[in-house]
Amino acid sequence: MKDVHQIVRGQKFQDRCFAVVGFLCTLVGLIVLSILIIDLVRDGWSRLDYQFLTSFPSRRAGNAGILVAWLGSIMVAIVTAFTAVPLGIAAAIYLEEYARKNLLTSLVEINITNLAGVPSIIYGLMSLGLFVYILGLGRNVFVGGLTLGFLILPIIIVATREAIRSVPNGIREAAYALGATKWQVIWHHILPCSVNGIATGTIIALSRALGESAPLIVVGALVFNTVLPPSPIQNEFPYVNAKWANSEFSVLPIQVFNWVSRPQEAFHRNAAAASIVLIFITLTLNGLAMFIRYRFRKRVQW
Amino acid sequence: MVDEPNKLKAEVKGLRVFYGQNEAIKGVSLPIHSNRITALIGPSGCGKTTLLRCFNRMHDFQKSVRYEGDIILHPSGKNLLSRDVDPTEVRLLTGMVFQKPNPFPKSIYENVAFGLRLRGVSSREEREHRVTNALKGSALWDDVKDRLRRPATELSGGQQQRLCIARALATEPEVLLLDEPTSAMDPISTSRIEDVIFELKQRMTIVIVTHNMQQAARISDYTAFMYRGELVEFRATEEMFQRPQEELTKSYLGGSFG
Repeated sequence: MKDVHQIVRGQKFQDRCFAVVGFLCTLVGLIVLSILIIDLVRDGWSRLDYQFLTSFPSRRAGNAGILVAWLGSIMVAIVTAFTAVPLGIAAAIYLEEYARKNLLTSLVEINITNLAGVPSIIYGLMSLGLFVYILGLGRNVFVGGLTLGFLILPIIIVATREAIRSVPNGIREAAYALGATKWQVIWHHILPCSVNGIATGTIIALSRALGESAPLIVVGALVFNTVLPPSPIQNEFPYVNAKWANSEFSVLPIQVFNWVSRPQEAFHRNAAAASIVLIFITLTLNGLAMFIRYRFRKRVQW
Repeated sequence: MVDEPNKLKAEVKGLRVFYGQNEAIKGVSLPIHSNRITALIGPSGCGKTTLLRCFNRMHDFQKSVRYEGDIILHPSGKNLLSRDVDPTEVRLLTGMVFQKPNPFPKSIYENVAFGLRLRGVSSREEREHRVTNALKGSALWDDVKDRLRRPATELSGGQQQRLCIARALATEPEVLLLDEPTSAMDPISTSRIEDVIFELKQRMTIVIVTHNMQQAARISDYTAFMYRGELVEFRATEEMFQRPQEELTKSYLGGSFG
């Protein structure tokens, strides 16, 4: 038999090797991300000012701004959130807690998981056919939001199901044994216990939707838009309206795409600046997800 | 005391339970005496937990489980296993404490109050009153009276289990079902919980599953010994432990298998 000392030394060597390899792999990701951000900031930082955030697109790069684009992004995100989140959570609750486990539900489950991997442009094509041509809803904010909503629906369903599944069965049994109905168990126990996972998954899905451009180009987001949507607030009762949802729109990634495809250097700086804004919004959303996870992990534990 | 005849709280009649093709309980009949503690003992897999979970229809979540026979609840004469009786209704009449403490990740107060809310106790005063009584009943009041709003998960394992007992007590169930409530506890927590259970029979009927024979001997009035899905012997606990009639019971109590 080999000397114990030698065995340990051999194993330790493997251990150290992997630590080094793993560290280098981590570094690759970090370096790429930092180069990206540094490059964007160097190109675009000088363009980031109040004028840039509050101006319409223009043929002169120095006058152009992203007002329409970021307003459009936010409006589309609102429609997406209000459609995909309730649909996704409800579907996930049904699949986890109500649906019987049979061939049909397994088929549905497999397909939902697969849908999460379908390229986003396919969703654009589906929306173009369904909402624009068949239902005649027009090429507006509402349809854009629905398109992205369908895109992230499977992600929300999968994340919510994971969160629901991680609630220990003992909690369910305890609540049922007290005489709770299925809905009472879900409402009082399962949802509060899993809200952290649901919120995290939802926010990350939304931030992915914010970065999408391909499906929106297909359904007809404008590349050059100088018209603001009507204000959602009005003087007469009921003081709010949803006319903005019916307006034409553009979003940040499309604006970036448009500027990058121009030959002039000045437009490229605009694109970099707009990208910084986009990254900022996405990182803020991810930060919010982290905060929620942290808050609820402290509150809910078993 | 245990020899005197007393009222029946429930009767199990010809109960058979199937998991798919597999017959887990093969025709068990058993009286459950009112305000007494009935212990179900037997080796692992004998069907004692399966039997207990019939009392509040906890098997109904599994589609493959099928019941035959009756569990009649007195004095109403209601058959708990009848298809016409909604399982939720059965659970509103019973309380259950599980093997592993399973408090809700909410405050201590909310844990105990949940059953009351389900039963429509809307007056805040009444809820507080009943929560206090339940916590006193499970000997947890002195430990938690200053921190009712703290998360239940902060309590120790033994305290959590007493909280689960309080949660089941608060609704004043007619029958309290205990599924090996002390199997994960240290001896000190176990003896506190046993004291609590012993006190409780003044107020309700208790059925307890235990694989600890000494526990059955210490606290129960009646003992049912089950083996491979069948009821081998049922008698008053003292008789059962001193003069078991069946060979199988003798060898199990003697420790030759288990």
